[in-house]
Amino acid sequence: MANIISDETIEYVGILAKLELNEAQKEAAKRDMGSMLDYIDKLGELDTDGIEPMSHVFDVKNVWREDVVTNGDDRENILKNAPGEKDGMFEVPKTFD
Amino acid sequence: MPNGYETVIGLEVHVELATKTKIFCGCSTAFGGEPNTHTCPVCTGMPGSLPVLNKQVLEYAVAVGLASNCDITRYCKFDRKNYFYPDNPQNYQISQLYLPICRNGHVDIETENGKKSVRIHEIHMEEDAGKLIHDEYDDCSYVDYNRSGVPLIEIVSEPDMRSADEVIAYLEKLRMIIQYLGASDCKLQEGSMRADVNLSVRPLGQEEFGTRTEMKNLNSFKAIRRAIEGETERQIDIIESGEKVVQETRRWDDNAGESYAMRSKEDAQDYRYFPDPDLVPVSISDEFISDIKAKEPEFREEKKQRYIDEYKLPEYDTDIITGSKKMADIFEETVKCGADPKKVSNYLMGETMRILKEKELDPQDITFKSESLAKLIALQDKKSINGTVAKEVFEVMFFEDIDPEEYVKEKGLLTVNDEGALRTTVQKVIDENPQSVADYKGGKEKALGFLVGQTMKAMQGKADPASVNAILKELLS
Ligand SMILES: [Zn+2]
Repeated sequence: MANIISDETIEYVGILAKLELNEAQKEAAKRDMGSMLDYIDKLGELDTDGIEPMSHVFDVKNVWREDVVTNGDDRENILKNAPGEKDGMFEVPKTFD
Repeated sequence: MPNGYETVIGLEVHVELATKTKIFCGCSTAFGGEPNTHTCPVCTGMPGSLPVLNKQVLEYAVAVGLASNCDITRYCKFDRKNYFYPDNPQNYQISQLYLPICRNGHVDIETENGKKSVRIHEIHMEEDAGKLIHDEYDDCSYVDYNRSGVPLIEIVSEPDMRSADEVIAYLEKLRMIIQYLGASDCKLQEGSMRADVNLSVRPLGQEEFGTRTEMKNLNSFKAIRRAIEGETERQIDIIESGEKVVQETRRWDDNAGESYAMRSKEDAQDYRYFPDPDLVPVSISDEFISDIKAKEPEFREEKKQRYIDEYKLPEYDTDIITGSKKMADIFEETVKCGADPKKVSNYLMGETMRILKEKELDPQDITFKSESLAKLIALQDKKSINGTVAKEVFEVMFFEDIDPEEYVKEKGLLTVNDEGALRTTVQKVIDENPQSVADYKGGKEKALGFLVGQTMKAMQGKADPASVNAILKELLS
């Protein structure tokens, strides 16, 4: 494997992804990420000069809708997806900025 | 401000667009709904839901871009800005990083120090977040996603401003353009226009920028001015004491008149933007742009000229009335109801501006009907009420939804047009005030004013001062 992921990197990626990994999981994730980067390096061997980066596979553009209200009150169903509910609101762990 | 330093300011302005629906779903953007009653799987970030762009958002964004001299990006797309926060249910905000819809614009501003141009770096489209509610006694927070997915444009200026005056002139200019376009009501207090201030200081003559901070939570022009002055001072103090300004986001507390650093979210600002695969690219044709140009409203300068030509208003009046789209609309509607343009203008420049200033309101907050103002002016024209009563009625009308015609009848404010009754009262006042009568006859013009006042008082204000004047002069001659 050409790409070696450092402990700091895996720690940082864990923070960004809000994941807590144990030592064994960290090692496994380092291996997986390393091999993914190896694969991407392979793509780097191609000559991509003058080629625009592609963001979408299909050649579709300008999909839009008119500004018309189509949704009514569906709170009851929406709240079924909430981890908790109170007074019509989603209940989440206390979050303060 | 201490000598020897220069303040450098750039602004990030968020504007909530006046669409009926959200940016990527058909949920209503109406204010005041019960929590989560304007939500759907898209704006609550449910897996598998598919966002579809609201065309009106694109049209408003392009219109604002054209009006602020921007280049329109003919091929643009949306990107995901990744971060975790409960008001953001997808764990990413859909925004534009790589190809924002507008770039390289400018608006011209004028302050006491003269005219200048403030460059606009870019304008991009994005979605608003939900609202987090905290309960002091509870271990939980609560989320209302009614605002989640409401369309915003973010207008990013270059660091071209050097004072609070310039910042406010720039914001006023932006606000006017956007209000004239009807793209937003731009109310700072209510958050439909929000400005974040990026500020740094540097010794005069230094080319290189100092370290900047970003100031949030500025809900009025006054708060913006105070925050700029406070932050300038704070940074100069730091530099003068030999320390270094830290690049950070600070929250302005307008009551305390100071700012404090916001606790930085656990990580660095690493948003890992990437193109949103659910939203296909937008390609803007010449026709799309010419359609929007064709729909452009009459902007301020044209309006001013038309008011001078068509309504013969003095330039001074047109300057004040066209200063806000709302005011200009009221003017035109009232004139359409048949009122004399100059009289309408006088009400707007005089009483309206006075009340707005006194109550610290914005022209956007005006609720009285143009029709009511026309009726009030008609009552005065017919001499059914006098100027003093008219002002009183106007003040009531400003805050309450009343019909001036019915109101003056109900409250018994109509002028007494019974000439006989008026003559009797005037005669009585003359009899009771021999000294003033003597003074007047002796050449003291002021004494007549006193007698008019006494008559008005006796008539409980319900007389036409001009008629009183005439009768007095007649009886005293
Ligand atoms: Zn929705």
